[in-house]
Amino acid sequence: MSSAMYERMRTNPKFRELVARRGRFAWTLAAIVLVMFYGFVLTVAFNPASLGQPVAEGSMLTVGVAVELFMFIFFWVLTAYYVKRANSEFDLMTQEIVKEAWKENK
Amino acid sequence: MMRKILTALALASLPFATLAADAVAQTEKQATNWHAIIMFCIFVTMTMGITYWAASRTKSTADFYTAGGGITGFQNGLAIAGDYMSAATLLGLTAMVYTQGYDGYIYMLAFFAGWPIILFLMAERLRNLGKFTFSDITAYRLDQGKVRTMAAISSLTVVCFYLIAQMVGAGQLIKLLFGLEYNVAIFAVGILMMVYVTFGGMVATTWVQIIKACMLLTGGTLVMILAMSQFGFSYSTLLEKAMSVHKLGPKLMYPGSLLADPVTAISLGLGLMFGTAGLPHILMRFFTVTDAKEARKSVLYASGFVAYFFNVIFLMGLCGILIVGQNPDFFEGGTVGGKLIGGGNMVAMHLAKAVGGNMLLGFLAAVAFATILAVVSGLALAGASAISHDLYARVIKKGTASEAAEIRVSKIATICLGFVAIVLGILFEKQNIAFMVGLAFGVAAAANFPVLILSMYWRGLTTRGALFGGYGGLVSAVLFVLFSKSVWVDVLGNKAALFPYTQPALFAMPIAFLLAYVFSKTDSSVRAGKEIEAFEDQYVRAQTGYGASGAASH
Repeated sequence: MSSAMYERMRTNPKFRELVARRGRFAWTLAAIVLVMFYGFVLTVAFNPASLGQPVAEGSMLTVGVAVELFMFIFFWVLTAYYVKRANSEFDLMTQEIVKEAWKENK
Repeated sequence: MMRKILTALALASLPFATLAADAVAQTEKQATNWHAIIMFCIFVTMTMGITYWAASRTKSTADFYTAGGGITGFQNGLAIAGDYMSAATLLGLTAMVYTQGYDGYIYMLAFFAGWPIILFLMAERLRNLGKFTFSDITAYRLDQGKVRTMAAISSLTVVCFYLIAQMVGAGQLIKLLFGLEYNVAIFAVGILMMVYVTFGGMVATTWVQIIKACMLLTGGTLVMILAMSQFGFSYSTLLEKAMSVHKLGPKLMYPGSLLADPVTAISLGLGLMFGTAGLPHILMRFFTVTDAKEARKSVLYASGFVAYFFNVIFLMGLCGILIVGQNPDFFEGGTVGGKLIGGGNMVAMHLAKAVGGNMLLGFLAAVAFATILAVVSGLALAGASAISHDLYARVIKKGTASEAAEIRVSKIATICLGFVAIVLGILFEKQNIAFMVGLAFGVAAAANFPVLILSMYWRGLTTRGALFGGYGGLVSAVLFVLFSKSVWVDVLGNKAALFPYTQPALFAMPIAFLLAYVFSKTDSSVRAGKEIEAFEDQYVRAQTGYGASGAASH
């Protein structure tokens, strides 16, 4: 019975759209985080001196601290953005798909 | 000595592999700290009250393992943050910024960066497919008996190594902070943990974690604000002064020696990021909420708290350079720049005393003790559920065990784990605990994570592939750590390390993935065909959550 439900959901074009859209969105965000983080790790490993420079002449704030603080905030903003879209747009699509599968069931 | 204690405690729950070389040294027992003990007693009374209340609400297995799935996203976020921010985070990372400056901040980012990845790629599917443990997901369409046994073994391995590290760290820390005997401290932690978990299950464990997370956030913030007020809340003033007195001078804000070697840096980054995604007690927290929506919110709140707290710690460490590092009262013999009283990890505690007197010191010490207790409880529950839910109910009884019997087994398992933790804590008192934390994260990243992610993302995974990948990752992670300098040379006394790096993740993870791939691809059995077919249904459920276990309706 639930296998039949899954079958109907799978063949629903909306399901394919949900998977494609959410997948693309999640992987894009993940790629941004991975590239930035490992880019930073490689900078630490190969060019550490660049991170110790001040952001501006005479400033006590160094590039490394500024970049990290930015990443802490930026990654969290990405998280918030994902949660917002997933909890509204994608959840709505999901509900529709389940509802339509139920209807066909009857 | 200072460096040794720093290493021992920092490693209590963080894989500071580059500091791993030193053995744990005996910490000195301090005078009994009554402020701390009284405040800790208040915490215990409060949490015992909650445990009593939780016990009346813990009837089904769902209540016991996952608090009936009735925790909200915000509460769960606090609990996850609590699971992740141990005493070592507070003490070890503050001390690291104090001595190494910018390097400490790099570590914090590495600990943080795993969270967005977990959310984007895993949280959704974890919640939609799992019920009580992450083995529910790996065994979803594969052979229940074999795959669950494998997942339970690697879960228990991770839990045990993590427990040893926590217990030894706890004993040393409590000896320092409270002036209690090492063995007394170990017994106190072990027995309190057993009471929380056996009587209150996940409900009590979660609330202990939430209360502790709030205490930790409040205490840290308070110390940071009081300390920063001495510098007019100016980062520039603080840094200028800190650089002028610190031995690193202007190099304070440059990446230092800890991550100089690229292979270690990348391997550590991988281990921390994907190890987090393979820790059974963290994964379990995805099943305590009603649905995928709340699971996502949990990660949002948790990562927000973690990011905030790391930045607080960074400032605390910098303030410590001036407030603690320039005050002869905090050094043995009263010489600035000598040995810190109680060891290097005491920077955060000294800072609390300097800015807020004995009351604040007592509060922060109580927070540190509460933190250890909460993390140990979460670990014990994760270990107990691997035994009762995976091994007993599914493998031995093949799903025919009654709920009451399953809960009874998990309570017995908790008590056994508690005694195991006490015994191991006493046995390993003088051991280097570094490699165990390395093992815990290494095994989590190499044995749990690859099979888990493949089972969710790759239709071609078969039982044979999962078993080879899981056991292969487990064995190679253990061997890499065994042959690395921190065990092969420092513990076993051999001349040269067989494996040149301390971090196994970069090497053990690809082995696990490769084995899982090759042995799945070459698996042409009839069952493998069925397993691949079953991926279709699993995939729809993972994406839509249809059929996922809902709140309190298992």
